[in-house]
Amino acid sequence: MIAAADPMVPNLHRIQKVTQETSDTFTLALAPSCGRKCPAFRPGQFNMLYVFGVGEVPISISGDPATPETLVHTTRAVGAVTAAMKKMRPGDQLGVRGPYGTEWPVAEAHDRDVVIVAGGIGLAPLRPALYSLLNHRERYGRVVLLYGTRSPEDILYRTEIQKWRSQFDLDVHVTVDRATGKWRGNVGVVTSLIPKAPFDPYHATAFVCGPEIMMRYTILALLKRGVEKDSIHLSMERNMKCAVGFCGHCQIGPLFVCRDGPVFGYPRLEKLLDKREL
Amino acid sequence: MKEMRNLLAEHPFFESLSPTHLDLVAGCGKNVVFEAGRQIFREGEPAEYFYIIRHGKVAIDVYAPGLGNMSIQTLGEGEVLGWSWLVPPYEWRFDARAVELTRAVALDGNCLRGKCEGDNALGFQLLKKFSQVMAQRLEATRMQLLDMYGTSMKGGGRKLS
Repeated sequence: MIAAADPMVPNLHRIQKVTQETSDTFTLALAPSCGRKCPAFRPGQFNMLYVFGVGEVPISISGDPATPETLVHTTRAVGAVTAAMKKMRPGDQLGVRGPYGTEWPVAEAHDRDVVIVAGGIGLAPLRPALYSLLNHRERYGRVVLLYGTRSPEDILYRTEIQKWRSQFDLDVHVTVDRATGKWRGNVGVVTSLIPKAPFDPYHATAFVCGPEIMMRYTILALLKRGVEKDSIHLSMERNMKCAVGFCGHCQIGPLFVCRDGPVFGYPRLEKLLDKREL
Repeated sequence: MKEMRNLLAEHPFFESLSPTHLDLVAGCGKNVVFEAGRQIFREGEPAEYFYIIRHGKVAIDVYAPGLGNMSIQTLGEGEVLGWSWLVPPYEWRFDARAVELTRAVALDGNCLRGKCEGDNALGFQLLKKFSQVMAQRLEATRMQLLDMYGTSMKGGGRKLS
């Protein structure tokens, strides 16, 4: 009899590559240490990354689901664990549990326009969805990426965004909160891109990820444009510890973000987003 | 004149304005073109015009000592540049610069204020439209002040994207 794998035990992974994305944001490419296969993941899912002797944090997978042999995670150094992670180099090892959580419903968006709205580091959990859409581009209508960040220096995946911008089958619009005179792109909050973005709101599916306040205003702008509530999907973040629905740290009302999310249809969250106590 | 009226009638900002009022507004307008990089106006200068952007992109800049010129907003096709013509002392509060080749209709603020004094219904219509523009700009500014992309996802134990 084969025992089921303990969901709380991490698997050893070795860092293949570290990419500094911005001053405080970096991307780790990981591969299993002892020749094991990485489990397949779906766009929107996350892993628990364990820096030995420091602690464990949940981080969304930001790589291509079509190439699961390399696990890619982008994160910002904001706490003890991610600060320690930032100092790690190729060859160093860390523990990985996962993948966990729900996915961006890319299959539900077949034959529809897809608008992806990302704020700040929220682009990272959306990148696998974008890869999935581009891997099967013929299945979708217009695909639009609206990305807002603090300044031009904070733009994630800069080279890749330039490549996406040159593609004729993808509309990419980037805006920053403030910029110096050298910046020739848009300045303003990401919601300001929604009214004029090239998609049919009545036949569009929206994937939104970013700080919660950005998502609240984005939802308002999408609804005003005519996108249906059922067609809006969000990725939520909450304090998380176990990632498998045991501990309740990530609870938002009756939902566990780790188990029921992190990707939710907006109707499930509509009543909860406005509750200040949550 | 007819061409100017048609241009304005096609612009979303003047949607719902009556034909009579469109004629009045068109009488104060002229076509303008700004090459990329051209300064359109500077803070403190008299706000003699406002602009209906037909094509291109304009940056609203503010000069910050030590930082130089900072862009705080860009405006594009279908948007309106400038509301200072409507509010005393009729001076620009910010700089404006064409980021790329920009075609616009410049509307003479002095001319329009005169027509609004003579036709209060036109004044009320314009005031309603500019109130919306100002409210949108205020909301956008408040969201920028929140620094919302930088304040979230702090600390360990979160889904850190």
